[in-house]
Amino acid sequence: MLSPASRGPLSHAVLHALRSGETSGLLDAPEPETTEDAQLALWIMYEQHHGGFDDISDDLEWDPHVLGVRRRLEQDFEQTLRARAPQAPEPGDFAETFFDFVAEHDGPSLAAHVHRSATKTQVREFLRHKSIYHLKESDHTTWVVPRLSGPVKAAVMELQYDEYGAGNPHRLHATMFADGLDASGLESAYGAYINEAPVEVLEQNNAMSMFGLNRRLRAASLGFLAAFETTSSVPSRRIAQGLERLGFPAEMIEYYTEHVEADAVHEQLAVRTICGVLIEEEPALYDDVYFGAWTSMDLEDRYANRMLEAWAA
Amino acid sequence: MNQTPNSDHPDIVLCPGGPMLLRGDHVIEDEDGNEHQTTRPVTAVCRCGKSQIKPWCDGTHKFLRKRSAD
Ligand code: FES
Ligand SMILES: [Fe+2]
Ligand SMILES: [Fe+2]
Repeated sequence: MLSPASRGPLSHAVLHALRSGETSGLLDAPEPETTEDAQLALWIMYEQHHGGFDDISDDLEWDPHVLGVRRRLEQDFEQTLRARAPQAPEPGDFAETFFDFVAEHDGPSLAAHVHRSATKTQVREFLRHKSIYHLKESDHTTWVVPRLSGPVKAAVMELQYDEYGAGNPHRLHATMFADGLDASGLESAYGAYINEAPVEVLEQNNAMSMFGLNRRLRAASLGFLAAFETTSSVPSRRIAQGLERLGFPAEMIEYYTEHVEADAVHEQLAVRTICGVLIEEEPALYDDVYFGAWTSMDLEDRYANRMLEAWAA
Repeated sequence: MNQTPNSDHPDIVLCPGGPMLLRGDHVIEDEDGNEHQTTRPVTAVCRCGKSQIKPWCDGTHKFLRKRSAD
C-alpha cells in the first residue's frame, strides 16, 4: 500500500521523514496537533512492522529516530488507555469472573443498529472502517506467541490456527473478509480505506499493535483477545442478519456467520486455556489482563458512539 | 486421539454453564438423527439447548446464565 495522507504537523513530519529517508529531523519532531494526528503517526510507524508501504524503504523499520518518536507516542497512548480503565475485579474463579466482567459491561451496540435499521450506505462505511483491522486479523496476537510459556503458547496457537483457516487459505479470516469486500464491490487491498478511518479506528488498531509488539504488555494483549472473542459471536449474528436484510452478497455474510461459530469456541479458549493459565503461572499479570480486556470493549464503544452519532441513529 | 491421558490437554472439555469443547475430528448426531461433521481444530457443542446453530454453540448460553443469576 501507499502511505496515507497526513492529518497534522506530526504525522506530516513522520511521513516526510519516512518517504525521504531523512529521519534525523525527527529529533525535534513537532508536537501532535490533535489526538488524530498522534494516532495516525503511530499507526504509520506500526504499519512498518505489518505490511509496510510501497513508498517507504523497508530499511527504516528499526530506524532509531523513528523509534524515538514511536516510543514517546506509545508512552502517552498507554497512559491514556490506563487512565480510562477501571480497577480489575476481585480475583475469584477466573473464567466466571471474566465472563461476568464482560457481561456487565453495557456499551452502545453498533451490531443492533446494523441488524435492524442501518442503511446500505452506512453498512458499507462500517465495512470500510473494519477493513483496516479485519484484513490483518489476528496478526497482532501472533506477535505475542514467542513471549509465552509452553502451555500458553500452545493454547494461543490452537486458537490462531483456526483464525488462519487451519491451513486452508480460503478459510483464513482475513481472506474471508477480503472476499466479502470484493463481492460487495469494495476495495480489498490492505489499507485502501485508511484515509477515511476515524481516530477511534486508529486507536483500536494501535492498541492491538502496541500490546502485540511490547513483551511487557503480553497480558494486556491476551486480555484484549479474550474480551474481543467474548463480545463477538452474538454481535456477529446480528451483523450477518443485517447484511442479509440489506441484500449483501453471501461472501460478506459468511465472514460474520463464521464468527458466530468460531468465536463461541475462541471465547472459551481465550478465557480458559489462554488467560486463565497465564495468570495461574504469573499472577502479577492479572491487572494487565483486565486492562487489555477493558481497552478492547472501551475502544469498540468509542467507535460505536461516534458512528451512531454520525448516522444520528 | 491421545494415546496417553494428558490432563492438561483433554479431548473433551465441559465448560461450566457453557458448551462442550471437542478437540479433533468427530461426527455428531443431533436430536433429529442428523449427522454433523466437525470442521475446526476445536469445536464448541451446545449444551444449553438454546443455540440457533445447533449442534454448535453460538454464545446464547451467556444470556441464560445472566438471567438465572438475577
Ligand atoms: S452452550 Fe453455548 S449456546 Fe448453548
Ligand atoms: Fe476471526
Ligand atoms: Fe476469533
